Amino acid sequence: MSTFYTQDIQKSPRIPKLVEHLFEKMPEIEPYRAVLLTESYQQTEGEPIILRRAKAFAHILAHIPITIRPLELIVGSSSKNPRGAQLFPEYSYEWVEAEFDTLATRSADPFYISEETKNALRKVFPYWKGRTTSELATSYMVPETIAAIDHNIFTPGNYFYNGVGHVTVDYGKVLKIGYRGIAEEARAALAKLRVTDADYAKRHHFLNAVLITCDAVEMYANRYAELARKQAAACADDVRKAELLKIAENCSRVPAHGATSFYEACQSFWFVQMLIQVESSGHSISPGRFDQYMYPYFKADLDKGVITREQAQEYVDCVWVKLNDLGKVRDLASAEGFAGYSMFQNLCAGGQDKDGKDATNDMSYMCINATLHVLLPQPSFSVRVWNGTPHEFMIRAAEITHTGIGLPAYYNDEVIVPALQSRGLTLQDARDYNIIGCVEPQKSGKTDGWHDAAFFNMCRPLELTFSNGTDKGIQVGPQTGDVTSMKSFDEFYGAYKKQMEYFIELMVNADNAIDQAHMERCPLPFLSSMLEDCIGRGKSAQEGGCVYNFTGPQGFGIANVADALTAVRELVFNEKYLTLAEFRQALENNYGKDMDPKQAEKLTKQVVKSMVDSGRMLTPDDIKAVYLTVAQNPCSDEQKARYQQLLDRISALPKFGNDDREIDNFARDVAYTYTRPVERYRNPRGGTYQAGLYPVSANVPLGAQTGATPDGRLAFTPVADGVSPAAGRDVNGPTAAANSVARLDHYIASNGTLFNMKFHPSALAGRSGLESFVALVRGYFDQKGSHVQFNVVSRETLRDAQKHPENYRSLVVRVAGYSALFTTLSRSLQDDIINRTEQGGF
Amino acid sequence: MNTSLLSVTGRIFDIQRFSTHDGSGIRTLVFLKGCPLRCRWCCNPESQSYEIQQMTLGGNTKTVGRDVTVEEVLKEVLRDRMYYRRSGGGITLSGGESLTQPDFAVALLTACQENGVHTAIETTGFATPETIERYLPVLDCVLMDIKHMDSEKHQQFTTRPNDRILQNARLIAEKAKRLIIRVPVIPTFNDTEEEIGAIAAFAASLPNVREIHLLPYHRMGQDKYTGLGREYTMSHITPPSAEHMELLRKKAESYGLKALIGG
Repeated sequence: MSTFYTQDIQKSPRIPKLVEHLFEKMPEIEPYRAVLLTESYQQTEGEPIILRRAKAFAHILAHIPITIRPLELIVGSSSKNPRGAQLFPEYSYEWVEAEFDTLATRSADPFYISEETKNALRKVFPYWKGRTTSELATSYMVPETIAAIDHNIFTPGNYFYNGVGHVTVDYGKVLKIGYRGIAEEARAALAKLRVTDADYAKRHHFLNAVLITCDAVEMYANRYAELARKQAAACADDVRKAELLKIAENCSRVPAHGATSFYEACQSFWFVQMLIQVESSGHSISPGRFDQYMYPYFKADLDKGVITREQAQEYVDCVWVKLNDLGKVRDLASAEGFAGYSMFQNLCAGGQDKDGKDATNDMSYMCINATLHVLLPQPSFSVRVWNGTPHEFMIRAAEITHTGIGLPAYYNDEVIVPALQSRGLTLQDARDYNIIGCVEPQKSGKTDGWHDAAFFNMCRPLELTFSNGTDKGIQVGPQTGDVTSMKSFDEFYGAYKKQMEYFIELMVNADNAIDQAHMERCPLPFLSSMLEDCIGRGKSAQEGGCVYNFTGPQGFGIANVADALTAVRELVFNEKYLTLAEFRQALENNYGKDMDPKQAEKLTKQVVKSMVDSGRMLTPDDIKAVYLTVAQNPCSDEQKARYQQLLDRISALPKFGNDDREIDNFARDVAYTYTRPVERYRNPRGGTYQAGLYPVSANVPLGAQTGATPDGRLAFTPVADGVSPAAGRDVNGPTAAANSVARLDHYIASNGTLFNMKFHPSALAGRSGLESFVALVRGYFDQKGSHVQFNVVSRETLRDAQKHPENYRSLVVRVAGYSALFTTLSRSLQDDIINRTEQGGF
Repeated sequence: MNTSLLSVTGRIFDIQRFSTHDGSGIRTLVFLKGCPLRCRWCCNPESQSYEIQQMTLGGNTKTVGRDVTVEEVLKEVLRDRMYYRRSGGGITLSGGESLTQPDFAVALLTACQENGVHTAIETTGFATPETIERYLPVLDCVLMDIKHMDSEKHQQFTTRPNDRILQNARLIAEKAKRLIIRVPVIPTFNDTEEEIGAIAAFAASLPNVREIHLLPYHRMGQDKYTGLGREYTMSHITPPSAEHMELLRKKAESYGLKALIGG
């Protein structure tokens, strides 16, 4: 018998109205932040960067338009229009101008932008020439690194173009002492400084910068209080008038002061959450253990009898809606990699407390209710699971899974806690972890984790192994030997490992260059004020102010590489069915298959453009001829037949994902070719590297840059996501796939692993369906899998949604470490989701 | 464990993991080959003959049936032991009719129990009482079909009368740890309220029986008949509607049993 209040709590009629308002229009790009930022920077030339950052933040908060949306109870919007996006030219801006005219029509995450906004932006962009983090980062990279990025071996694009984000601040501290309290701490630290301290100047400026941001936030909240009062005065509806006056009261108190009620705590939380995303464009600003730091306020109000469960649930639901009100515009390539307007604000419930006891409470269940009430992609809702997690909590979480919105993701404390300890976290801190962004664990309020530092495509070094390090005629990798003279599989595998190690070194070079650039050009005093031990150390998180510092770049494509190396070993060296030279030719010829039509169309456009650019006149027939040349495979029928035989042989070989111990253990070894070299390196903030194994949605666009691979994967098609088996190759059911994935070493991938499973809704129908589902998660976790998430939709539903997107605007699917509205995804990503193996209930 | 059990051989035609409708929790179904009945609606016609056969499905011809040792099957079954433990699942012997291979089946069930795996069979109950007595000590649960109370009609649709089956049901009810009665609901055969009611009344009269499952007829086996070069005589039959199944479920429940649609 559960002692928690586990049942659903009635949803307020306000919630669907708030949601409807949010999704009325295409999100819009707004110029205000970029313009205000530039104004401030122009006034502070020559001052220490940390002060310039604080003053710019204060200037923005003083003048950016503010708005209270209809019926809101929790207020504070970074954009005038719902889901709008501000710009952050201090990181990068060139792509915005280049994409001005395509932003509204692109397939991934379109944004409306008015001519007026374009003009305002055109005026301020020139200031940023030579001043961005991306330009500085590039100057810190060695030429080999830039070549490797150009050849799509890995991409650090995320932090190259944007802020870093990927952090959970100490929300509990703001709720408790407010920014006045934080300012007190900064003043106390200032008082301890001696002018003779070696680092006096640095500390002094940092602490003053913190003070400026604390004041700025208080002033900003007061603007809202004033606006609410004004609107209340003009409001004819007594109910709404009273609401607005209450909002004014809240904003006069928080976040400057500690919260004295649950409602104030919700409002205070929201200001923190939103304003971090005004200071920097870094995404994955993750609320973390909301159920833990909010519960005491709820409990106190409930015990005092000043709040009902229904009221409290409404506030929580309002917070959930607001989390969907934040927008971020990304460059086209990144938009494809992070498709779905995603902000990756990961919020977690359940798990253990720092002393190892179960931490589930009534608020954990209210988080589940809110997710079911709102049914939107944000927050990325995560559930922590340990051996002592209440069964009823799992069942209620599974109810969310059954809705098919792809939430929650399930995380295994039994793996993550020791994995974090192995990276130097104390046992108490490790037990108190939460999830950042997609799947990355960290200790909140103490960590600058740089999770998601790069995407590393493990298939590309395999291509380079076949070509002795050359790509498109250029030597981008080391010469690891001509494959035609390789005598053993070990020699071939050894060459692959050398390619891997080389490119991992270059990826580290890229990440450290970017890290250095952020440290110098974009330290974040507001964010740092909520991270231990920045105030104590007198420096920002970007300069190494945090207790824990990591860099976590993620690899993906393990399943393809494991299957591919198995094919090479079996067909070339054991069976001697073909030579490596023949295999190489088969790959170059894409196994005699025509090119994927979408890819062919894209290439045709490029070819046509370059022909037109060079002055050629082309008729429609010419263009058709170009397309056919690009798309059609030139191999003879005889060759094609021979390649088909090869594909059949490959298809008959064992594949990762089918509970075959031998190949699964080999896949474990293949994953080490990435995870082990990565952990050797250090970052400029004084921390270490740790690998993750997950792709976000980059397995699709980066797969489109990857030629055919020896596992029978055709050129330019998606590679396997995360630690999941390659799409369609796991044919022994969900328990077999889970057993295979659990055979990988999830502990060493302490930056997170991602296992996608796709279920038909019938598999979760009824209580017995939920019970089996929970047992599946538990059984996978017993074998030390770290993370699992589910897409529960039928293939037919998704196909119909492609045909009639208008009927499926709210269809949420799990993309990778996050959920997104299906119809907002690009066609190729939609296809990839449809093609992931669907595990039926028998 | 008793390793002599491991080398006992039997004939199976499939092993299906993550099965959630044939016994409690997540189960692995082991399908034994050979059955003394020939039910017209059988969805596994390839299970009926003990002989190894060829079946053509979707243009591919595959061999149905293979001889395996207990050790080989046990290895497959144990792969999902984590999920059994978490769900209260285990192994279910299905068929065909597992009572036709007692040496193999009993050895396999014994080996499973010794490894902590919950055991069940899905059975027609058509065997000698002596054979059934051999199984009962190594079974945690029996899922037994009662298809019709009218012996003549039973024979007409399954090729066997029901007298021995009904006697065995009583024997199993008295001695098994748990018995669940299952009824394939087949239009034109047993889908009236009277017929289901008669079966439920019988089930309720058995000692220790508290549960009855009504399994609606489906056509998923149809292609296999063609694939085996056989005629499917049920192609004119449409599956019962959800409303009708609910009606029958209520009827069964009226005898004091817990009645479920599906497993």
